[in-house]
Amino acid sequence: MTEVSASSRPTRRPLRLSFLSLLLVGVLGIFFLNLAALILGVVLNSFATSWFGTLLPNGLTTRWYAYAADLFQLLEVLRVTFIVGAAVVVLSLLIGAPAAYALARRQFPGKRPLMLLFLLPLLVAPVTYGIPLATALYQFNLAGSLAGVILANLVPSIPFVILLLTPFIEQIDENLERAARMCGASTGRVFVKVLIPLMAPGLLAAGLLVLIRVLAMFELTFLTAGPGEQTLVVALYYTVFAAGIRPSQAIDAMAVIYMLTAFVPLLIALRFVNPTQIVARIKQENVQ
Amino acid sequence: MSEHARPLRERLAEHGIDRVLWLVLPAAALLGMLFVYPFVYGLGLSVQPNEGAPVIGNYVRFFSDDFERSTIWKTLVLAIPAAVVNVGISIPIAYKMRGPVRNKRLITTLLVMPATLGTVLVAEGLIRYFGPIGWFNQFLMAIGLIDGPLRLTHNYVGVMASLIITGFPLSLLLVLGHASGIDPDLERAAATLGAGPSERFRRVVLPLMLPGITIAFILAFVAAFSVFPSAVMVGNPAGETRVISIAAYQAAFERFDYPMASAIAMIMAAVQFAIVAFVFLLRGRLYRGSTSGGKG
Repeated sequence: MTEVSASSRPTRRPLRLSFLSLLLVGVLGIFFLNLAALILGVVLNSFATSWFGTLLPNGLTTRWYAYAADLFQLLEVLRVTFIVGAAVVVLSLLIGAPAAYALARRQFPGKRPLMLLFLLPLLVAPVTYGIPLATALYQFNLAGSLAGVILANLVPSIPFVILLLTPFIEQIDENLERAARMCGASTGRVFVKVLIPLMAPGLLAAGLLVLIRVLAMFELTFLTAGPGEQTLVVALYYTVFAAGIRPSQAIDAMAVIYMLTAFVPLLIALRFVNPTQIVARIKQENVQ
Repeated sequence: MSEHARPLRERLAEHGIDRVLWLVLPAAALLGMLFVYPFVYGLGLSVQPNEGAPVIGNYVRFFSDDFERSTIWKTLVLAIPAAVVNVGISIPIAYKMRGPVRNKRLITTLLVMPATLGTVLVAEGLIRYFGPIGWFNQFLMAIGLIDGPLRLTHNYVGVMASLIITGFPLSLLLVLGHASGIDPDLERAAATLGAGPSERFRRVVLPLMLPGITIAFILAFVAAFSVFPSAVMVGNPAGETRVISIAAYQAAFERFDYPMASAIAMIMAAVQFAIVAFVFLLRGRLYRGSTSGGKG
């Protein structure tokens, strides 16, 4: 939004090489170069027959992927990852979107403490509440089960959906709802025929962003999952942790598969949202 | 009955309390159960040490054991510099990029990628890339900067590198997202009134960027504070990078001492809140200072 309005304005300052520009290019250049080398190293090693101390591997092969799939039971891990991801996305939208609607439309006593409750899980490191949460889940025999992993992942996901959707719903004109009601639509019908179609882009973006976060969420899944509920990122951690007895190429093959599962939703999400939104959303209305 | 019920409902509706509020209930209830309750439960558990010990026995045990107590310092020594570096580099870059910049969308898209990869993958990549026979050391030796490989993994340096790789893009995107919303007219107005570039930055843009910087710093610090996977994978989890989350994990899942693990989690929360509160306090001072300076 800001990009469009900015580019439609004539550019005031021509491109010049100031100290700041050099810093910008330098820091970002070095950063991306090292990052690319880091990722390329993992990808290349996953295809290497052997690679030790030379610039490039001795030969290339695809056999580590079949080997890793077999050794690490990748199909089962992918199945669990898919179930957890889908369940968390659907549940956090079902629970978060109505709450966002109420927060966007109503001013009521106790709203501020409620907002604090929805903000706190995003402001505290997951390990901090993950350990008491895992302990509490053990108390109810929910730890080490799929339900436990899904519940734990809902803790940061629901606040994230609320934070993302509340400003989105605020922008939807309330008169549209009133008009639909005046024409005789029931509350349910207003929801299905008016609100959900208008909210669709926001819901889609929120769902994709939650999926990305769940796929990368290591701590909560790690603390609540038993051996049968490992998502891909946790399985990768255990594999690296037990490295030494396994060929490094197989570990990196798994890392590449993890990267692919993370990038597919990211690429879809980037068609709909501004990258800055993926990190968090800060209200910009007050400064504009 | 209905004569009494109706006015009450209307009176409540005037204060914004009507049936729409039921929609908040599932989210509030779930977070109450999964976030607030575990915290209260953990707090209760942490003050129930083994028989005979005082109520705060677990806390006394943590702080009197040098190996355990030092984890707080080890965590802060990683988390605070990481947050300062990540946000510190982000400020000038965001300042430069806040207006129209070529390929801005491409740059921000690339920045999101390490955040998506997550700490586990970055740590795995770092073990190879920063390792004694990795490309980084190969390059430094090829250009003759060093004679033997530098030791960059399984120590403080490795963890710090992983914190910067995963944390810097997040910080930059946060600061940039906020800075892009600053009205350029404000800076033009300051220029019209005769303020030079450095004065405009110091007195106009920086104070306006401060809320974004504060949030970015807090999130960067909190993310770095829970360095569990990278501290284990590219760090030295028995020594210099035995951070507090490792201590809590070991208490819970290796010694099955849940009261002690809960106590450590509470200490973690307390340290985080203390730092976050301090940052907000600092911002309050800085922010007031800047605006009054502008008026005078």
